[in-house]
Amino acid sequence: MSNKTDSNVYTVLFAVAMVIIVGALLAFTASSLRPRIDKNKQIEKQQNILYAMGVNNNDESSAVFVDANQAPELFNEYIKKQLVLDLNGSVIKEVEGGEIVKDYETQPKDDYGTDVYLMDIKKEKANKEQRRLPLFIGEKDGKTFYIAPVYGKGLWDAIWGFVSMDENMVVQGVFFDHAGETPGLGANIKERFFMDDFTGEYLLSQGSFKGIDVAKGNADPKNEDKEDNAVDAIAGATITGNGVAAMLKSDLKLYKPYFDNLKNN
Amino acid sequence: MGLLSKKDAKLITDPLADNNPITIQVLGICSALAITAQLKASIVMAISVMAVLGIGNVVISLIRNIIPSKIRIIVQLVVVAALVIIVDQVLKAFSYELSKTLSVFVGLIITNCIIMGRFEAFALGNGPWRSFLDGIGNAAGYGLILVIVGFFRELLGSGTLLGFKVLGDPIEKTGLYSIGYENNGFMLLSPMALIVVGIIIWVQRSRNKDLIED
Repeated sequence: MSNKTDSNVYTVLFAVAMVIIVGALLAFTASSLRPRIDKNKQIEKQQNILYAMGVNNNDESSAVFVDANQAPELFNEYIKKQLVLDLNGSVIKEVEGGEIVKDYETQPKDDYGTDVYLMDIKKEKANKEQRRLPLFIGEKDGKTFYIAPVYGKGLWDAIWGFVSMDENMVVQGVFFDHAGETPGLGANIKERFFMDDFTGEYLLSQGSFKGIDVAKGNADPKNEDKEDNAVDAIAGATITGNGVAAMLKSDLKLYKPYFDNLKNN
Repeated sequence: MGLLSKKDAKLITDPLADNNPITIQVLGICSALAITAQLKASIVMAISVMAVLGIGNVVISLIRNIIPSKIRIIVQLVVVAALVIIVDQVLKAFSYELSKTLSVFVGLIITNCIIMGRFEAFALGNGPWRSFLDGIGNAAGYGLILVIVGFFRELLGSGTLLGFKVLGDPIEKTGLYSIGYENNGFMLLSPMALIVVGIIIWVQRSRNKDLIED
């Protein structure tokens, strides 16, 4: 290497130039691709919700969403109502259907307009007492599904998902996803063999909320007992599994008042 | 390889065996342990590293004469991080499904010591074409070990390969399981990856005595 590149002035100038060039490049990529990425995320959320209520293209063993191009249309077809609840279970906002009325980019930050599914649960969690809960009511083959989002932490990063229930809080289907769980271990929470186990499980036990444990060695690997409030855990993914159980427990519990109200009326 | 001169071809073939980044240089062990519980994850990781190492080596090689030697490591880090972020963003915008599959690997690519190692050891002193070949070769050598480890860990740990139940169904007790075979859950944990890599190193050195140091 030549001497010229060893001088302090050159080094500093090079560093500055490098930071400016790389920074500009990254900023440009991020801002120019932003709308497309947001759109993709929005469609993914619709696919997730539809998946949880059983609208999907699953084959024998793997989880397959409905086609991304059809997702908004199907969402509008199957989702009958989008609700926002408060912690007492009363409905503070009700939107008919699942049509996207407002465009994502033009939406004001704190008002989700008619698109309840765009609510950021992570932010809502920080609101504590003032927390609002999104709930989706879908209908398929004459059956009503209540779909609630859940959000929690796994081993490395966030995990989240959507759980569809019937009016007795019996799980009808789930979809889980994660930001950075270990491939082959914790990342398996989004595989069929894990998610399918939840279908039919009871969230309540003798009238009070119990949640669903992700249990090791629960002597029911085929998951024949649906009322034991437990599913079989994944080997090598204890903490992710515990995270899933904790997430279901803490988030779905908040929906119990709504279902109680539903019954009393 | 008629396309490449003998010297260039060696850049590709050497890292596959006699100078393998994992078994000989013992680099990139962290990701080899973390993600080889499934064969599919190993393959995806191998391809991702190949792309980043190939392109990164060329970029570093192109600017090798203007990099100040005092901050060269930082420059290398910036190049690989920027590359990875841009690729990630582009995938998210145009191929969302694929980016979901890769999500976890993106962070792991940046931390892969093989990448920094090749930048430092090869790209800083060689032209772009040779650097490109070196990058591809080393990533292939890395990928080869990953696939071997992933193959054994998934087969013995879960009884599947790429998700297919090749040994039968452990719950329904069909195939091998009907005669009392059990999956070895220990294979799914990281320590077993280390042991499998150790066995590969052992086999390799016992076949090639030149590799044994006194």
